[in-house]
This record gives sequence, structure tokens and C-alpha cells, in this order.
Amino acid sequence: MQMLGKHLLSAGDLDRAQALMILDTTAELATVTERSVKKLPTLRGRTVVNLFFEDSTRTRLSFELAAKRLSADVITFSAKGSSVSKGESLKDTALTLEAMGADAVIVRHGASGAPYRLATAGWIDGSVINAGDGTHEHPTQALLDAYTLRSHICGGQGDLQGVHVVIVGDVLHSRVARSNVLLLHTLGAEVTLVAPPTLIPLGVESWPCSVSYHLDDALMQADAVMMLRVQAERMAGSYFPSTLEYSRLYGLDAPRLELLKDRAIVMHPGPMNRGLEISADVADSSRAVIVEQVANGVNVRMACLYLLLGGAGSQAGGD
Amino acid sequence: MGAIVLRGGAPYGLDPHDIVIDDGVITAMMPSNQAGSNALDGEGVELELDASGCTVIPGLVDLHTHLREPGREDAETIATGSQAAAMGGFTCVHAMANTSPVADTAGVVEQVWRRGVEAGIVDVRPVGAVTVGLKGEQLAELGAMAASAASVRVFSDDGLCVHDPLLMRRALEYVKTFDGVVAQHAQDPRLTEAAQMNEGALSARLGLAGWPAVAEEAIIARDVLLAEHVGSRLHVCHVSTAGSVEVIRWAKARGIPVTAEVTPHHLLLTEELVESFDPIYKVNPPLRRAKDVHALREAVVEGTIDIIATDHAPHPREDKDCEWAAAAMGMVGLETALGITVEVFIESGLLTWRDIADRMSTIPARIGQVPDQGMPIAPGSAANITVWDPSAQGPLEVDALVGKSGNSPYLGQRMPGTIRHVLFRGRPTVVDGALA
Repeated sequence: MQMLGKHLLSAGDLDRAQALMILDTTAELATVTERSVKKLPTLRGRTVVNLFFEDSTRTRLSFELAAKRLSADVITFSAKGSSVSKGESLKDTALTLEAMGADAVIVRHGASGAPYRLATAGWIDGSVINAGDGTHEHPTQALLDAYTLRSHICGGQGDLQGVHVVIVGDVLHSRVARSNVLLLHTLGAEVTLVAPPTLIPLGVESWPCSVSYHLDDALMQADAVMMLRVQAERMAGSYFPSTLEYSRLYGLDAPRLELLKDRAIVMHPGPMNRGLEISADVADSSRAVIVEQVANGVNVRMACLYLLLGGAGSQAGGD
Repeated sequence: MGAIVLRGGAPYGLDPHDIVIDDGVITAMMPSNQAGSNALDGEGVELELDASGCTVIPGLVDLHTHLREPGREDAETIATGSQAAAMGGFTCVHAMANTSPVADTAGVVEQVWRRGVEAGIVDVRPVGAVTVGLKGEQLAELGAMAASAASVRVFSDDGLCVHDPLLMRRALEYVKTFDGVVAQHAQDPRLTEAAQMNEGALSARLGLAGWPAVAEEAIIARDVLLAEHVGSRLHVCHVSTAGSVEVIRWAKARGIPVTAEVTPHHLLLTEELVESFDPIYKVNPPLRRAKDVHALREAVVEGTIDIIATDHAPHPREDKDCEWAAAAMGMVGLETALGITVEVFIESGLLTWRDIADRMSTIPARIGQVPDQGMPIAPGSAANITVWDPSAQGPLEVDALVGKSGNSPYLGQRMPGTIRHVLFRGRPTVVDGALA
């Protein structure tokens, strides 16, 4: 059952077989979610810590629910702001959790790479799951997106061979985009990133995807379009001249929705800025699978915990 | 104190010689094992140091050292930094001005200088800040610092760039009064806001804010043109990119009086190390690409980059034992500088020991205008001498770092030898690999 390795830090660490195993396990666990008693005894007696250094209601709740459905003991540790401003270092927090006997630590942190430090610095023994680190990665988001794509476009089976996904928005600051590019490529999908050049990272040529500055052209090819959240603060950094101009050039609205193929879906990792990157009518349209993404998130995270913590075995935590 | 005989070491790696040091000066040198060398055994010889199998070069001079005192004595002090310097083969270091308080007045630089004299094992030459409080707004009292007991000749806001072009111009002009030099930390602040690592494909993947090469190159280009315009000397700190090398090469070809330094870590390490997210590799300017490393090596060989300087930057453990973004920038380098240089240039045959002596002693002493430093291994020279033992190879142990901080990226890595002895103004400061 240790086919996954100990930690889940980057979507790029998953090969095709591992990614498919997670998606297939998700599908199996989804049947539990449909039962009236939504609970499995798999992780009984195991301790899962939600360590959130950044506000994130939906991801935190999603992991909490996933762990609870697997009967794990769940602690949530919300340390708002940076470790520095809080006065307790990441290391001391980690040592505290280790002393409490955490089998898995799910970490959300504003600093890129913080989960790597937790996993490799020797502070803790348990598994580390990256729940979003800075502008680096968010692998479980990519997994739930892949699961959502597979169920809508590929009949819920196999990989994403030939599926064309267009990801639109602030790629530069987006951990969702980074993880998705890596995972969707591994699963055989074609990815096109669309953004103004200011929001595309320098060096993107080395990524396994194509890049376009023109949303309308890209939309016509898409089986799915994933809109990224654009923070209005980016305007102050001169990434774009105004939110209005951004919205005009890169926002998904009703007229643009018409450019999509008949069965193409609209995704968003949330939280949405309605009226900025996505118009309200698109967000609420029948093509939008945004609420379904949230539901899939719980099942994907159950699968990750199940596979990482060796749910089938009963060994004590730590290995 | 009587005479010291340093026996059997090879000056500049050439033929073994016995070297006699008396009253702080090299008084005689003769080939080892030749008739007459026994004459050195006579009375008045107080100490014999065995240097057989070793290379003898002038004591090293570092133009770029952070000693952290005053203000961050938890990271390093002038005394512990002096010890680290001696153990690394240095007989002179330049203490950077970004202390707390900043070394921007005659009072602070004199205090630093006095503490160096008290420690007494290397020359500690304070660098004066260019602007008050390193704020980049108003010139510090450069003349007062130059006239002080510390005789400051090198001025730098290192850690920060003198970004305002007019202020930089004024500083370059003003230091001509006392033939000083402005050492620029070339980093455009706007282009590097919140920067964490070299900008490129790797920073894109790791989601770390990029520090683009152009932020260094643009400032160097501006500054060499300013130096040409006002006819002043410019020194460029820690050059890190291939593009900067090209700009400096162009400037030198034009006859602009610019000198430049590179750190050992920029000559050896590349940005791929950042993939570990281990902040031991976090440094400013950041580690760059292999292409840059090659260009920097070539620049040292051809002399476009004049000197190697450590940018020794000690930090307490807690400042590295954390997530990347929260970590302090910098690595210690005094104890390992010569080892890395030997690995890069001697073992590869790119440079001779005489070239190394030029780049780590003679030329930095000239840029810093330090009396009695960087003199050749020859009778009449002040006896600042470093003895390198190439047989003592092995992995770098944390015990070998005698400064207060252990933030070295080389722990556990092979070093191509160690320092066996160091003489500072004729007095042994390191004997048989230990502080005297």
C-alpha cells in the first residue's frame, strides 16, 4: 500500500500509475460519501493534524471532513500570519506536533517550500501533505480537478489523454496552476495557460504546456476552462492596468461562454471574484462544475490520507 | 621575540624554501636542504614551523566580510570573526558597514577598528557606509571616516544598493578627496522586491519570487558609466551573472577604472540547490545557473573579475532553521574560501598559486589600500604569510568553523586541504591547523 511514498508534496512527484491509483481510490471512496453513514473505520486511532498558517476555510474543512470520515483523530492548528509574526517558529510548531504523536501533518503555509522543510528537516516523523504552499503547489487541488475532469469528460475512467484544459489568470502567483500543469500533463491532458504576459512566470517555456495571451482563441479548443482567482491587489503591482481591463480581456462572461464546445465545462478552485475573472451568470451556469469540485475535494483528500497512511495496514504511525 | 623559521614550504607552490621572519618582516629566504640553510639553526631562532609539503602565499585579504559587531553579536563578533579569518588563512578583513548601529560615522568605524586591534590576529579594516543609516538618502560623513584612526578607504552600503543615481555619482566624486573607492552592492531594489532566488525556469517551478540578473547588470552598467563620467574608481561587490561579466569586460576595455569581486560560492554552487528549499543555500545575490558559474570562472582567469572575496555572512541557527522565505540571506565563508578556490582553480589547472595570491591578497590589499598586506613572499616584506597544506584533505567538519555561526553550505563536503600555519605581522596566529 506504500505505492505513494511517505509524503505528498508536489503533483510532480506522482507518476501516471500513482495518480490513477488516487483517482480510482477516490471513486471507490465516493460511494461511502453517498451512504447515510458516511464513515469508514480505516484510520481509527491515527492522528491527523491540520496545520494552517494561512486562512483557508474550504481546504481546511475539506481535509478535516476527509480525515473524520476515515475515523482519524483530527486536530486543527490555525496559526494565522507568518511564523515570524506569531513568535513561534515553524520548527517549534513542528516539534510540538511531533510530541503529540501526529501521524500526518496537512500543512498550508504562505511560504513556498514550507512543507518540504517539514518533511525533510528531521523535525517530524509523520507524513506531510501539502495543502498549498505560497505560490508553489497545491497537489490535492490538482487531484480533485483531475478527478472532476475525468468524471465529466472521460466517463470517470482512465487517464485524461487528449483532453484540452485551458487555465486562465494569475499563473505567476498560482499554486493551483503549477500543480495542475504537472498533474494534467502526467495524465495525458493538453494544457494551455492564458494570461497577460505579466502574470506568466519567466521560464514558463520549460513547463509541459503551451501559453497564449488571447483567451478567445484558446477557448474554442477547450474541453474545460479553469479560471484562476485574480486578486485585485495585483493591480498595485502593475500586473495589469485596471480590473476592468483585466476583466474585459481575460474574464469569462456569457458571450465568451458561447465560444466553448458544447460539452466543455467551467471550473474554478475558489474562492471566486464574481465580476472579475468570472461573471455571475457563468459561475451559476449549467456548465460550471465549481460546487462539484468542492465535493470531489473531500473524496480526493480521503483517498490521499487513506493511501499515505497505509489505511489497509494497522502499523503504528511514522513509517 | 626571536626569529621564526618556516621550514620547507614552497612559496607560490614552486621550490621549497626556508623562510626567516624577524621582527615582523621576512629577513631571509633560501632553498631548503642546501648548504647554508643550516645557518638558520643558529641562536636567536625562537620557533621553527614545519611547512614541508605545503604551499606558502601572502596572507589573504578579504574585501568583503560581515563581522556583525556592533549589534548582532549573537551571530559573530569582531573577535570570533577574526579567529575565523585567521583559520581561513586571512591576515586582513574588511568589516562591512551594515551593523547596528551602522558604521556611518567616525565613532563607529573607530570602535570597530579598535576592537579589531584588541583581537589582534588580523587587520580589521572597517568599511564605511556610503549613506547615513544605509538609507540611500544622504551621504554619510565619508571624509570624517577617512580621517579617523580607522583610515577608511572603502565605502559601501552593502546589503543595500546605492540606488539613487545622483547620490551614487556624488559618492564616487567625493571619495576622490582621499582616493577612496565606492563598493557597490548592485541590486535594483524595485526589480528585486521580495526576491528569493535567481529568476528563471527554476524559480517559476518552485514558486519563489525571482531575482533577475538584469537587476544586477543594469546597476553595474549605470555605475561604470557614472565612474567614467566623473573619473572615479568603482568596485563592484559579489558579481553573480554572466551578463555582469560582459558589462565589466566592456567597461575595462574602455579604460574605466572598475574592479570587481566574486564570492567562492558563486564560483561553485548553482541554483539547483534551492530545490531542497533548505535555506542554507539562500544568499544574496542568489546562486545562479551553471552558465553564470562558468562565465565567472572565466572572468577570474582573464582578470575581468579582479578578486575573490568571501561575503562571509554569519547567521544564528534560528535564522536558517525555518522556511525559505523567512530565512536570512548569506553563508559563512572565511574558513572555506581558500579551499573552494583551490578546488575551482588550482585542481583544475586554471590558475597558478601566484595568480591566487594576486586575486586573494595582493589586489584586494591594493583596492583597500591596506599597508603591509598583500606583499610578496620575499625578503623585506611584512611577514603576513599563509601556509596551505594540500595533504590534509577531507570532509568539512562543523568544528572547523571557528566563527560563531555554522551556516556553511559545504559541511560534509570534501575540502582539498587546510590551512597549516598563518603568520600575522610576523606573529603566528595559526599553528598546525589550530589557533595559536
